[in-house]
Amino acid sequence: MSVTKPLPHDAAKLHVTGTARYVDDVPMPAGTLHLAFGTSTVARGTLKSVNLEKVKQAPGVVAVLTAKDLPFASDVSPSIHDEPLLSDGTVHYVGQPIFLVVAQTHLQARFAARQGDIQYIEETPIFSIEDALAADARFEDGPRVYTKGDITSALSSAPNRLQGRLEMGGQEHFYLEGQAALALPQEGGDMVVHSSTQHPTEIQHKVADALGVDMHSVRVEIRRMGGGFGGKESQGNALAVSCAIAARATGQPCKMRYDRDDDMTITGKRHDFRIDYDVGYDANGRLTGVDFTHYTRCGWAQDLSLPVADRAMLHADNAYLLPAARITSHRLKTNMQSATAYRGFGGPQGMLGIERVMDHVAHALGKDPADVRRVNYYAAPDAVTGSSEGKAGTGRRFGAKHSPVIEGENTTPYDMEVTDFILHEMTETLLADADYESRKAAVDEWNAKHTTLKKGIAFNPVKFGISFTLTHLNQAGALVHVYQDGSIQLNHGGTEMGQGLFQKVAQVAAARFGVDLSAVKITATDTGKVPNTSATAASSGTDLNGMAVQNACDIIRDRIAGCLAEIHDTAVGDVAFRDGKVMVGNVEMSFADAAKIAYENRVSLSATGFYKTPDVAWDRIAGKGRPFFYFAYGAAVSEVVIDTLTGENRLLRVDVLHDAGASLNPALDIGQIEGGFVQGAGWLTTEELVWDDTGRLRTHAPSTYKIPACSDRPEVFNVALWDGENRAETVYRSKAVGEPPFMLGISAHLALADACGACGATYPDLQAPATAQEVLQAVKRARA
Amino acid sequence: MNITFLLNGETVDVDTHPTQTLLDWLREKRRLTGTKEGCNEGDCGACSVMVTDETGARTLNACILFMPQLHGKAVRTVEGLAAPDGTLHPVQQAMIDNHGSQCGFCTPGFVMSMATAHLNGRTDHDDILAGNLCRCTGYAPIIRAAQASEGTSVPDHMRDVTPQLGETDIPAPTTSDELAQWYMDHPEGTLIAGATDVGLWVTKHFTDLGDVAFLNRCADLQQIEDQGDALRIGAAVTMTDVLGAIRDLNPSYAEMIRRYGSEQVRNAATIGGNIANGSPIGDNPPALIALGATLHLRRGDTRRDIPIEDFFIAYGKQDRQSGEFVEAVTVPKTAPALRCYKLSKRFDQDISAVCGCFNITVEGGVITAARIAFGGMAGTPKRAASVEAALVGRPWAFETLQAAAENLTEDFQPMSDMRASAAYRMEAAQGQLLRYFDDINGKAMNVLEVRA
Repeated sequence: MSVTKPLPHDAAKLHVTGTARYVDDVPMPAGTLHLAFGTSTVARGTLKSVNLEKVKQAPGVVAVLTAKDLPFASDVSPSIHDEPLLSDGTVHYVGQPIFLVVAQTHLQARFAARQGDIQYIEETPIFSIEDALAADARFEDGPRVYTKGDITSALSSAPNRLQGRLEMGGQEHFYLEGQAALALPQEGGDMVVHSSTQHPTEIQHKVADALGVDMHSVRVEIRRMGGGFGGKESQGNALAVSCAIAARATGQPCKMRYDRDDDMTITGKRHDFRIDYDVGYDANGRLTGVDFTHYTRCGWAQDLSLPVADRAMLHADNAYLLPAARITSHRLKTNMQSATAYRGFGGPQGMLGIERVMDHVAHALGKDPADVRRVNYYAAPDAVTGSSEGKAGTGRRFGAKHSPVIEGENTTPYDMEVTDFILHEMTETLLADADYESRKAAVDEWNAKHTTLKKGIAFNPVKFGISFTLTHLNQAGALVHVYQDGSIQLNHGGTEMGQGLFQKVAQVAAARFGVDLSAVKITATDTGKVPNTSATAASSGTDLNGMAVQNACDIIRDRIAGCLAEIHDTAVGDVAFRDGKVMVGNVEMSFADAAKIAYENRVSLSATGFYKTPDVAWDRIAGKGRPFFYFAYGAAVSEVVIDTLTGENRLLRVDVLHDAGASLNPALDIGQIEGGFVQGAGWLTTEELVWDDTGRLRTHAPSTYKIPACSDRPEVFNVALWDGENRAETVYRSKAVGEPPFMLGISAHLALADACGACGATYPDLQAPATAQEVLQAVKRARA
Repeated sequence: MNITFLLNGETVDVDTHPTQTLLDWLREKRRLTGTKEGCNEGDCGACSVMVTDETGARTLNACILFMPQLHGKAVRTVEGLAAPDGTLHPVQQAMIDNHGSQCGFCTPGFVMSMATAHLNGRTDHDDILAGNLCRCTGYAPIIRAAQASEGTSVPDHMRDVTPQLGETDIPAPTTSDELAQWYMDHPEGTLIAGATDVGLWVTKHFTDLGDVAFLNRCADLQQIEDQGDALRIGAAVTMTDVLGAIRDLNPSYAEMIRRYGSEQVRNAATIGGNIANGSPIGDNPPALIALGATLHLRRGDTRRDIPIEDFFIAYGKQDRQSGEFVEAVTVPKTAPALRCYKLSKRFDQDISAVCGCFNITVEGGVITAARIAFGGMAGTPKRAASVEAALVGRPWAFETLQAAAENLTEDFQPMSDMRASAAYRMEAAQGQLLRYFDDINGKAMNVLEVRA
């Protein structure tokens, strides 16, 4: 079987030889024109005058477009049509596109885009949470609130209570390949677009609207992205639409790719959050209730901010059963880039809130934070009296001595019963494998001997909900062809951004036909082949597309089996596909021969497949129901060292145990875990977005925005997969793995806080990102 | 202008604009699209290529490498990494076997860095790859691949031989005398050494450089002269070669240079460029000031020597006349008491928020001299004069440094920017001074040296 094998990425050889083709590498037809945006230099105001004479006269310029030159309402928002492609006369952030330059070369377009003379009538911009609240600048009419139980009495009657505040920064995606699109005009006004996008159908939709044509007139293709991480879910719209409009206007192919500074200045990032908490707890650290208030700066347009903020609320519990909870979420409108999807989609922010609470409570009680976490865990399925799924699980091999038995109740703050909780066993295994207890003692001992440097160690669990919270997105399509020589061509609605989706899905296809993986050709995602696709997002790529492909393969396989059974006068059930062969009773033939026979017997060897996730339904306004098909779990232990003179710090060792269900490809899954961890740790340490007081983003290039470099990975980095089948009926019982490991990086932040805490008796109140500067402040707070 | 170089083993003659970058030329003119543009400023390494000349093979960032800099050299891109028969290079195969690529966009740059190190027999992978950013893998599988390819044999085709030089009309003086004359004739012209900063003037700011002179063929500027108790380092010596020269002589300075830029940047950047640039956040000047270095300036046939700290007058203003250039810098060969502390958000390939360099002389338990200089604390690299004054004549004791640290606020009023706040810069600079005491006494531990 091709599933479960640790095969390399399907394009690995193309990657290492430089022959993997990205949008900017697609050979351009002669006469291809190049685009760049002229952007706003003020954060809020109206356009007083726009003089583009110098732009038009710049070398190589073919056309310069402003909003009035656009043939149709050109909106590039993925949600509520509040993002005009080019300024409608108002500007809302520094970097907002105002005009579009079409030139003969990329450099000419970029040069010309800087030559605009634009005067503004400036208005007072809104940047801070306080300013936004004062102006009631927000998306939706008021804060969203989810509640469970009676939070007021849970807090007022709690034996102990504390409050706190955590500020956490956003994050730039820093996909290595910047945003890019290429539009090729076709006959009759049709358009073909190559776009570096996680969401080809939305590109198709937006381009069709901008051209005033139906979706059938636009075909969008993407073979691969050079990284996405959520940053190419909606942020590619502006480039693709621009290229299509310019291609329509000039009759020439048009290409646009952002220079890195433009990319970082124009596009949205992860939402930053402030989380206030008020928590009640008993002497064991068991929470009686927690009241969270989330504030997030969504930027100037709505984009995907509502579901992002929702997902933050949906992860405010993380792995912990909260007897009472209230989560209040303010989605604030500010004059900054419109914050967008980023790996975890709000989940990491919500999760960091409760992890912080666990740490704070542990500090107040003088307990090991790992113990406080475990007493608050959800119950394991068979520990819950009256649980609907009381059957023995697939991973309870270790006894789980910390499992509390809870009478009946094991529900999230949004009223979903947790029926697949495996963190008791995972935690026990990880803490044993990582030698947590003795290392924690060793850290204490080390700290007693060192005054300038201090070590810290911390553990955090992850429980991440899998499914799009906009329920109708949980569907996927596939198109599979078997050719008469037995070769198989595979297509589905998912996009490849490095995560190995194509390979995993190809492994599924090969397994269904019982053939070698080399028989399966993976093809570019194409809206002309599979329509109405959802974004490759929410970690759902393999779950959805793998099932759709399985469905298509099975349809064809059953047709072949039916044909062969009839010819050989045997039952369909006696036809088996394995090892590149087809067995029909006692007759054995190659898969290629079987395909040829089926073809000659006029059997259709092409099929579409479809899948929709079962059992998900919820009310996002009330915050009640089952938004998720299942949960993916993980746990990590991080050890760090800090310098108390400067705040400099290092991640020394990380141990991870992660649940990818029955892994379709352990190598690719471990790759997601290692990469996700480092990216998550980066978010909470060196990656700091800084805007100045005029709203200019000052960290707009790798010279100023610091993602982890090679030596920042932990020197000791042990990653293991939790070997168990998904309880939910997913493809080969695997689990989604794209986003959940990102949140394992939280342990790095907690470990830094632990090290700061070793400097004094006061809670160090470490904020995020924990740059050296912030670590030093936390050291001082601890000593206060 | 016409240049000749070897591209993946094949001689090419190119008529090029002086500021055409190799990256754009490869991608647009030659359709060699394996080399990627990630940032266009030399910070991500996606455009890394291997360049060989008579001094050996090294990696450079093609995005800020101007074509005339390649005259007479050999360039190897990812397309030329596998053998002519298609056999993958050992690092390519190891990257596949160890799952070292995910999205693949950074991969060509990584394999070029790895292959160059492989050719040179280096295994300090973290340093070799500090200038290659990957956002997908978390680097662990890439390091596993690099380790797996250690010791495998170097494919023959990797040993490029530089081509016979044809005639060229590029303005590239071959001696400092020629350069001096050129600069007198073109006082408004731009000198291009490594182009690690000038490259950005072109790629990011669209600056028209006017007349340019390339310094990379100016052999006598690339010499390091051992003067017994001092090293005279030519202005066009790369930071890689500076690192090589001081590694054993001045380990603390060398450790700072190890973190300066990246492999690709150090292979291009020159010490003279870092000084002449006048940036308040260049890392060499504070170290050179603390060392008491002498700067050698030349204008035409007129030479003058100044203490290096006097070169930096104010932000954007140096003591350099029209047509005058940095010819060399002379530094004491050793300075056992020198310590250099580079503080940045990220350890590798990051511009310093504060770069503090300390050189305190103690005789008989008393501080007799102190040279302390900081980058990132003012508009220029600058000595901490009042701290120095507060130290000299006092006993060598932690309390002395603690008291003197207070004087830093008299010497500096740092600013807040995206790298650090003013207050943090001050606290951290004071912290560095305190660290120095333990460090000299052999007590300090560096977080980089701590293990789990």
